[in-house]
Amino acid sequence: MRLGAVADPAIGTGRPRRALTERNRAERRLAWMLCAPAVAVMALVAIYPIVYAIYLSFQRYDLRFPGDKSWIGIDNYTTILSSTDLWWQAFGVTVLITVVSVAIELALGMAVAIVMHRAIFGRGVIRTSVLVPYGIVTVAAAFSWQYAWTPGTGYLAGLLSSTAAPLTHQWQAIPIIILAEVWKTTPFMALLLLAGLSLVPEELLRAAKVDGATAWQRFWRVMVPVMKPAILVALLFRTLDAFRIFDNIYILTQGSQNTRSVSILDYDQLFTALNLGVGSAMSVLIFLATALIAFGYIKGFGAAAPGQEVNR
Amino acid sequence: MNTTPRQRIGWGSANVIVVLIAAIPVLWLVSLSFKDPSTITDGSYYPHKWTWDNYSGIFDQPLFTHALVNSIAIALISTFFGVVLGAMAAYAIARLNFPGKRLLVASALLIAMFPPISLVNPMFNLWRTLGIFDTWVGLIIPYMTFSLPLSIYTLSAFFREIPWELERAAALDGATPLQAFRRVIIPLAAPGVFTTAILVFLYCWNDFVFAISLTSTNNARTVPAALAFFTGASQFEQPTGSIAAAAVVITIPVVIVVLLFQRRIVAGLTAGAVKG
Repeated sequence: MRLGAVADPAIGTGRPRRALTERNRAERRLAWMLCAPAVAVMALVAIYPIVYAIYLSFQRYDLRFPGDKSWIGIDNYTTILSSTDLWWQAFGVTVLITVVSVAIELALGMAVAIVMHRAIFGRGVIRTSVLVPYGIVTVAAAFSWQYAWTPGTGYLAGLLSSTAAPLTHQWQAIPIIILAEVWKTTPFMALLLLAGLSLVPEELLRAAKVDGATAWQRFWRVMVPVMKPAILVALLFRTLDAFRIFDNIYILTQGSQNTRSVSILDYDQLFTALNLGVGSAMSVLIFLATALIAFGYIKGFGAAAPGQEVNR
Repeated sequence: MNTTPRQRIGWGSANVIVVLIAAIPVLWLVSLSFKDPSTITDGSYYPHKWTWDNYSGIFDQPLFTHALVNSIAIALISTFFGVVLGAMAAYAIARLNFPGKRLLVASALLIAMFPPISLVNPMFNLWRTLGIFDTWVGLIIPYMTFSLPLSIYTLSAFFREIPWELERAAALDGATPLQAFRRVIIPLAAPGVFTTAILVFLYCWNDFVFAISLTSTNNARTVPAALAFFTGASQFEQPTGSIAAAAVVITIPVVIVVLLFQRRIVAGLTAGAVKG
């Protein structure tokens, strides 16, 4: 109600200049009022904890020895960054999972998007079945994969080796984690790419065909350039998401056999080892890594970055 | 585009493959949930001995029934508040000019990129101090906050498409601002708001990190977190059947939502991410 009643000043035109500035001021006030609750919530809930985490990361703070809390500067960071077997191991696993799964998702997502675009029968059916993996609770899906690969129980367990449990070997568990991740998130990629695909003018494709371009050439020379913004957005979101992988690993291996991602390692530090100082320092490092990824993509995006178009 | 029969068969079988790949792991869970305990380790994709026991079993466990109530209530309440706050901000972003707009949009994006794991530790501490650890409020607050970027992006993309001049036209025809808003703007904005609500609900329904870190008992534990704590009918029994049944139960609402609103979900996902 309030929205409509006060929205009017923003629309009128052709009034004298002075009234316009006054209207502008009213518009500003209204806008700030409308944004205030969202901003307040985001500031209190997201920004305060991150500041607090930064503060804790410079403290020696172990919940098992709460009395022994003191400022130790960057010691937590040096401890983490010099531990090859924990941090760098987890970091390597995370990067591996991120790079491989996002690459597979991009290729598969593109294929699924093209299939959806050209769907001949039952567009609804195919859209529904693609949306199910997107919507399903990650933990539920992770259990499905875990049981599928459990010897005796699962229909896939015998596939890799007849005797051992695949999830108890690092080099079999990681591909399974990637498989679970790819199954769950390819639909998201495919849907974003499908939106980009619908922007490709059909005449352009037909013209290219008339000019003798092969299907492969039409894909690379016509479709991909038009879809570039959609591809970059999809890649950005998926990369950040994959880097934060947690649920799938927590259910599939609990991080055993060196399959920990940085998020799992951090969770262990906080809730199993109860070392809040080191855990917080890890949180900050993970945050910095994500920020770096985002920054890299947005640099690459240029004008296609999300948020740039908002003021058009 | 003209298609030859051969192309039809090609695309058709591609469709079938996509549908199958999406369905196999889901049907496997369903199959496990109907397997009799004696056949659960037979490794077959289909149940040979069917039973409802897994379902009746989990509905006898307070761990599951409480978690189900928690999940539904927390997700609905968070969705409501998240969408209301998001709609207010999105309206301002889509329709009004004000300094700080870019900053707001950029920081919302930044928050969407936040690794949740970096926040659970300070939240865990803070929540215990505030006394909201292991309560509904303790989960509603992070869900509402971290779904805000999603609702702001999706809603402002939708709001930009609304022909707002209609409101003025209605006013010229003698409608009061309230009437214009109710009869003209609400019907136009409703689909976008509804779509956003679906996406936010799925986000809250799905969350695991906050759910295991900020709860410790049946008080506020949601189903995804409860699944990780399941035990079998007796302590010597693997809880495979129960977990499968519980996983199916929390998948059913998702499947229903997807079936009913697939068109909208696709529109919402792509509006927020590609246009916004």
